Amino acid sequence: MTSQRFSIFSLAKAALTGHRTWTDHWRKAEPKDRYDVVIIGGGGHGLATAYYLTKEFGVTNVAVVEKGWIGGGNVGRNTTIVRSNYLLAANIPFYEHAMKLWEGLEKELNFNAMVSQRGVLNLCHSDAQRDAFARRGNAMRMHGVDAELLDRDGVRALAPFLDFNEARFPIVGGLLQRRGGTVRHDAVAWGYARGASDRGVDIIESCEVIGFLRDGGRIAGVATTRGDIRAGKIGMAVAGHTSAVAAMAGLRLPIESHVLQAFVSEAIKPLIPGVITFGAGHFYISQSDKGGLVFGGDIDGYNSYAQRGNLPVVEDVCEGAMALMPMLGRIRLLRSWGGVMDMSMDGSPIIDRSPLDGLYLNCGWCYGGFKATPASGWCFAHLLATDAPHPTAAAFRLDRFARGAVIDEKGQGAQPNLH
Amino acid sequence: MRIPCPFCGERDLSEFIYLGDAALAMRPPSDAGGAFGDYVYLRDNPAGPHRELWYHAAGCRSWLRVTRDTRTHVITEAAFACPGLADGQQ
Repeated sequence: MTSQRFSIFSLAKAALTGHRTWTDHWRKAEPKDRYDVVIIGGGGHGLATAYYLTKEFGVTNVAVVEKGWIGGGNVGRNTTIVRSNYLLAANIPFYEHAMKLWEGLEKELNFNAMVSQRGVLNLCHSDAQRDAFARRGNAMRMHGVDAELLDRDGVRALAPFLDFNEARFPIVGGLLQRRGGTVRHDAVAWGYARGASDRGVDIIESCEVIGFLRDGGRIAGVATTRGDIRAGKIGMAVAGHTSAVAAMAGLRLPIESHVLQAFVSEAIKPLIPGVITFGAGHFYISQSDKGGLVFGGDIDGYNSYAQRGNLPVVEDVCEGAMALMPMLGRIRLLRSWGGVMDMSMDGSPIIDRSPLDGLYLNCGWCYGGFKATPASGWCFAHLLATDAPHPTAAAFRLDRFARGAVIDEKGQGAQPNLH
Repeated sequence: MRIPCPFCGERDLSEFIYLGDAALAMRPPSDAGGAFGDYVYLRDNPAGPHRELWYHAAGCRSWLRVTRDTRTHVITEAAFACPGLADGQQ
């Protein structure tokens, strides 16, 4: 089954027939006994991996197994921000790869993912922080990524509603990436699922992995709640649950799972033009097309698989909001939620072969996984198809910790709750 | 979440600082080679009961060893971390 193409004509036709002609976006597949590649995890990264495996690397006998439903995990729990404003040479080309794929995503998938390059503005509040931003902006520009250093007046022109009179943390400027922005996260999951399914990928929902099948020392398949599935190669893309799934294969990884909370307010008229981050605490905010203010801050800071957080971080986030935009004190919160993050030991991800033959890892995304989705899928597909790392993800190796070659953007050391 | 400090009683989460897995108190010798790398970087990270180190920074400034379920945040045990250290147990 190939799903319908979206166009102005198909939309008009469906509108005139009461929208009764739309078909499912992806097949509800039953598991087969064997695949060339099985991806564990039907989130954004797993679905993108399956899509690019078939589209770019000619691997067509692929299944994605998902314990819940498509769009029910972290791909539906993030704050939808995309950007490539990194400092380190190991990260910039990868995230820029992702940014370029975001820019062409809707045409590629024939799906409206509401890609909106409305700009990401990081505010700085001291001379030292401005120097650090200048360094980061220069690193970005040396890699061909857009970056602009704004002074106070430049920030005021973009966001006159910020509190410029804050005595303790005055806004002295900001680093702006105009190509950054937001993408409708659910549509990313649905679009990749539809694209992968159209290319023959079996997307198997309600199918939880409960163990690994071994063939000598090799991982030869997965035991699931819907039966055993054998595979030539198995890729793990399971967001916050990497340690739990890897433990079934006997692996210990440089990862802690932490809970990150996010918040959305009641819908208001257009207020915030892009994504704005507060540099003196940890707070970021944007406005969805529906009008709600979407914001968040730090992770709670202790190991958690609970998908819900505690009140001290809620208070901390709200303090950040009030310091930046005192007018937010008048707005009502609509809801808050939590997602479980793979916090790696250096704050950077892992896309690599595991020490076990047949098992491949895509993990450690910390709380930056959403923006990486297309490139993560592309690079993981490259690894699964060719057994060699993609050039833009070549540094994301599992053994970098033992080698002392960590990629530590924030310079915090092996303390995951500080990244 | 409240942590039952053995000295101060049940206190709010915001008074505490988290370090991580209680195994971090068992530092191997610095010439242990690969074992030291594993100590620094690898974690069990279980979904379930987890023994972990908390510092009561805004209270009695004791290091605590807390057993907490990472799926529910329910704390089943909280004890001083140091007596165990002195006994060479953990």
